[in-house]
Amino acid sequence: MTEERSNQEWLDALRSPEPDEALAELRTLLVRGLRYALADRFNVTEDDLEDFAQNALLRILDNLHTFRGESRFTTWAHKIAVRVAFTELRRRRWQEVSLQDLIARYDDGDFTPAALTNHTAGPERRTTQRLMLETIQRIIAEELTERQRQAMTAVMMGGMPLEEVARRMGTNRNALYKLLHDARQHLKKRLLAEGLTPQEVLAAFEG
Amino acid sequence: MILEPTTLKRIVRSVLSTCPDEIGCDECFEQLDRFVELKLAGKNAAEAMPLVQDHLDRCPDCREEFEALLAVLRYMT
Repeated sequence: MTEERSNQEWLDALRSPEPDEALAELRTLLVRGLRYALADRFNVTEDDLEDFAQNALLRILDNLHTFRGESRFTTWAHKIAVRVAFTELRRRRWQEVSLQDLIARYDDGDFTPAALTNHTAGPERRTTQRLMLETIQRIIAEELTERQRQAMTAVMMGGMPLEEVARRMGTNRNALYKLLHDARQHLKKRLLAEGLTPQEVLAAFEG
Repeated sequence: MILEPTTLKRIVRSVLSTCPDEIGCDECFEQLDRFVELKLAGKNAAEAMPLVQDHLDRCPDCREEFEALLAVLRYMT
């Protein structure tokens, strides 16, 4: 039975001259896992599940040498299948959305948070909010590169997955995360240098 | 464009909680299988692998995959 194979037995079977039985077992296992993982989330067909499992299987075979044995082999394999499936589903979900259009929605120069349109807030508080927002906007404009601003807007305001932003910016997810990390570090340094503490900023927009 | 206060606060929180030693998506992915198994075994995965937990708290793509993987393994085992 599939679940009873040890890690070494999986590796040996998949690397053997006759891997068909192990491949079939693993494929069945991946389809079952994906069916459960994706059941309520997306419009996914049985054909999709088969395709995801097949693509995952190819990737697993290509990467057998990277399995370090720090988990069960099947956990590692499911991890790869989940990555394969979500990558494709994100691509489908966002395929009609261009990065430029998404960014344009948030980049028309009027950056007013809804809190500032709430006239029940006292005038003093609204002034504090406005000043703080102007400072944050200025720091973003001064500290970040164009690519950092685009990535931050698309991910943090537009809600586009990193993977999809990365694809449109000609990079990969890991590099995009690093780009955003650098951007956050710059902003943090400047915010703190301007004397804005986390508590102060968050408190200004509470309620 | 009206920016919701919750979005603004999320951005500010994420900026101000930035750490110099964050790991990226690749490193998180490499360790995710071990992290999930610790979690399933009832161990304190966040304490054992704090950088993975930190990355999952920050990265929506990795978090979504982690939750799916956790669900798969809960179902399969």
